[in-house]
Amino acid sequence: MKLYEFQGKNLFAKYQIPIPKGKVALTIDEARGIIKGSILPVVVKAQVLIGGRGKAGGVKLVKTMEDVEPVLNSIFGLNIKGYTVNKVLIEEGMNIEKEIYLSFMMNRNNEKITLITSSEGGVEIENVAKNNPDAILKLNIDPLVGLRSFHYMRFFEHLGIRDKTLKYQFIHVLNNMYKMFNELSLGLIEINPLVIVSGNRLIALDSKVVIDDNAVPFLKDMDHIKNYDDMTEDEVNAKSSGLSFVQLDGNIGCIVNGAGLAMATMDMIKFFGGEPANFLDVGGSSNPNKVISALKIITKDPNVKVILFNIFGGITRCDDIANGIKMALEKLDISLPIIIRLTGTNEKEGVRIIDSLGLDSTTSMQDAVKKAVSMVGE
Amino acid sequence: MAILLHKNTNVIVQGITGRDGSFHTRSMLDYGTNIVGGITPGKGGLSVEGKPVFNSVHNAKKELLVDATIIFVPPKFAVDAVWEAIEEEVKLIVIITEGLPALEMMKIKNYTKGKDINIIGPNCPGLITPGEAKMGILPGSIFKKGNIGVISRSGTLTYEVVYSLTNGGFGQSTVIGIGGDPIIGSRFIELLRLFKEDNETQGVVLIGEIGGNDELVAGEYIKNELGKPVVAFIAGKTAPKGKKMGHAGAIISGKGETAQSKTEFLENLGIKVANLPQEIPEFLKNEINN
Repeated sequence: MKLYEFQGKNLFAKYQIPIPKGKVALTIDEARGIIKGSILPVVVKAQVLIGGRGKAGGVKLVKTMEDVEPVLNSIFGLNIKGYTVNKVLIEEGMNIEKEIYLSFMMNRNNEKITLITSSEGGVEIENVAKNNPDAILKLNIDPLVGLRSFHYMRFFEHLGIRDKTLKYQFIHVLNNMYKMFNELSLGLIEINPLVIVSGNRLIALDSKVVIDDNAVPFLKDMDHIKNYDDMTEDEVNAKSSGLSFVQLDGNIGCIVNGAGLAMATMDMIKFFGGEPANFLDVGGSSNPNKVISALKIITKDPNVKVILFNIFGGITRCDDIANGIKMALEKLDISLPIIIRLTGTNEKEGVRIIDSLGLDSTTSMQDAVKKAVSMVGE
Repeated sequence: MAILLHKNTNVIVQGITGRDGSFHTRSMLDYGTNIVGGITPGKGGLSVEGKPVFNSVHNAKKELLVDATIIFVPPKFAVDAVWEAIEEEVKLIVIITEGLPALEMMKIKNYTKGKDINIIGPNCPGLITPGEAKMGILPGSIFKKGNIGVISRSGTLTYEVVYSLTNGGFGQSTVIGIGGDPIIGSRFIELLRLFKEDNETQGVVLIGEIGGNDELVAGEYIKNELGKPVVAFIAGKTAPKGKKMGHAGAIISGKGETAQSKTEFLENLGIKVANLPQEIPEFLKNEINN
C-alpha cells in the first residue's frame, strides 16, 4: 500500500525524522486560507500516489500573493498520469545547500534490506543509476544483524561527510528510518531529497512510503492511513469480494481460478490475436457468490464482447463454479456470449450443470481461448 | 528417488484441527502421505483422521519421528509456527498460508541460509512426489510418476502444465509449487540444485512469471551447471507494469522483471521457452532427444 507524501511525513514526525512545517488542503479555498496565514515563500505540492509530479506541473512555488490563484488553479484538478489532484500539501520554503537521496527497500533478489544513498538527490534514482552509477552506494543489511556503526562509516565515507553535528543528525535519521521500516513492515521508505539547510540541519523534503500489503492487517492504530486511491472503483469492489482484478483495455472478459493461470490465459488470448479486457482471479475457494461478483464487475465494462471462463479445478470445484454461473444467469441480465472451459475436480458434475443451462463447455484451455478470440473477431 | 518428499517421510500438520488443515489431512492421507500427527496449540490430546494432535511441535517430537511439517495456520500465527518448526529442527517446512509479511519471511530466510532446512512457500500449493506422497493442496489425480521435475511460482497454472505433461506421456519425479510471494523459502535455483543430484529426474520444467529475478538466476545455473534439459514458461506477457497480478510477488517493478525480458534472457542462454503451456511436452521431447 502506497502512502501519500503527507501521510509518510506524518509518520516521519512520529519517528522524529525532521520535516518542513506544512498543512494539507482539500479545496482551493482551504489552500488559499493556509497560504494567507503563512510566511512566503511556500511550496504547493500535489498529493498523488505516483511519481513524476514535478515534471507534470504538480509542484509550484508561491513567492508573492499574486502567485496564489494561478498556482492553485493550475494544480487542483491537474491530471498526473491518470491521477486527478484533489489535495495539496503546502509547506514552508527552504534554503537548500545540498540534496541527498536516501532509502531503505525490501530487496527480494538478495533477501536483504538495502540502504541506497546518492550524493545526487532531488532527481530520480533510476536516472542517477544510468548516468552516474558511482554516485550511488548500496548497503545490504541482514535484518537479523540490523543497522550498525560500520554501515554508518561506509555511508559517511561515500557522501564525504566530516562535520560532527551533521553526522549525528544523519545517524538519527538513518536509525529512525530503519526503525520505521521494521516496525511498519515496509517495502520502501524513501527520502528524495533529504536536504541540508543553513545551519547544517537535515530535513526530509519529500517522502515515499510503501507498506507491505501482507503486513497491513497486522498494523495497529493505522486505519486512518489506509487508502485504495491507486485502484479503480472496480478493483476496490473486486478486492472486497475476495477477487483479484486488474482492468485492461481489451474486449475478452476473463474469469480464471488462480493468478498464474489467469495471466497465462491473458497471454494466450493475445497469442491468438485477441485482447484481454481484464485480469481476474476468483481465488481458490469454491464460493458461487464469487462468480456472481466477478460477472457483475466484468459485465459493467462496455468494451467486453465475450466472457471466457477458464477453470482448472483443484481446491476450486467445477460444480461450484457451474452453480455460480447458473445463479448469476438467474440474477443478472447477461446477454454476452459465455465460453466455458472446465476441467479437474468434479468436472462431470460441473459439465452437467452447464449443459442444463444450454451452454457449451470444453476441457481444453486452447480450444476455449481460440473460440473466444474468433467470436470477437466476427 | 525424487526430491524432498518420499512415501516414508514422516509428516506432521501444523493447524490440523482447522477447516483447511483437517480437509487436506484427509486428502493427503488418501494420496498415501505418511502423516504421523498434527499440532494445534490448546487441542493436544484430540485426534484428527485417527492421527494424534499435540500442543506443540516439541511435544510431538517426544513421541514421533518428524521429518517434515505442513503449515495451514492462519497468517496471524503462521510466522511463529514456522519459527517453532525451525527451532525443533524439522528439515522440510511447507507453508501453505497466504499473507505472511515479507519482512518476517526475510528474517526466516536469512536465519536458515546454509542450514540443512528446506522451506517451501509461503502462499504455495505445496509439493508432490507422484505415486508416493503429497504435502499440499494439489489435486493428486492429474499427476503421474515419471522423470520430469517441475518447479513453479503458480498453483493452477502448474496443474495446467502437469496435465499437459501427463497427457503428453511425461510423468513427474517431484512437482513443487514454490509460491507467489516476493520472498520465499526455496527459489528456483535452490530446487534446481536438488534436481541436479536426483538420478530419477531427466529433465525440468520451470514455470515463472513477472516480478523479481529468480528466473534469470535460475537461467545462469541451468546453462552452466545443471546438465539436464529444461523447458521454461513465463506467465504475464500481457501484464501491465506496476500492478500486482494476484500474487504478492507478481508485479513488474523494473525492466528485467517483465515476461518478455525474462523470456529473451533465457532464450539467449539457449533455454527453450514455450509460448503456450500446451507446447511444453513437445519442446521437452525435442530437448531430451537432442
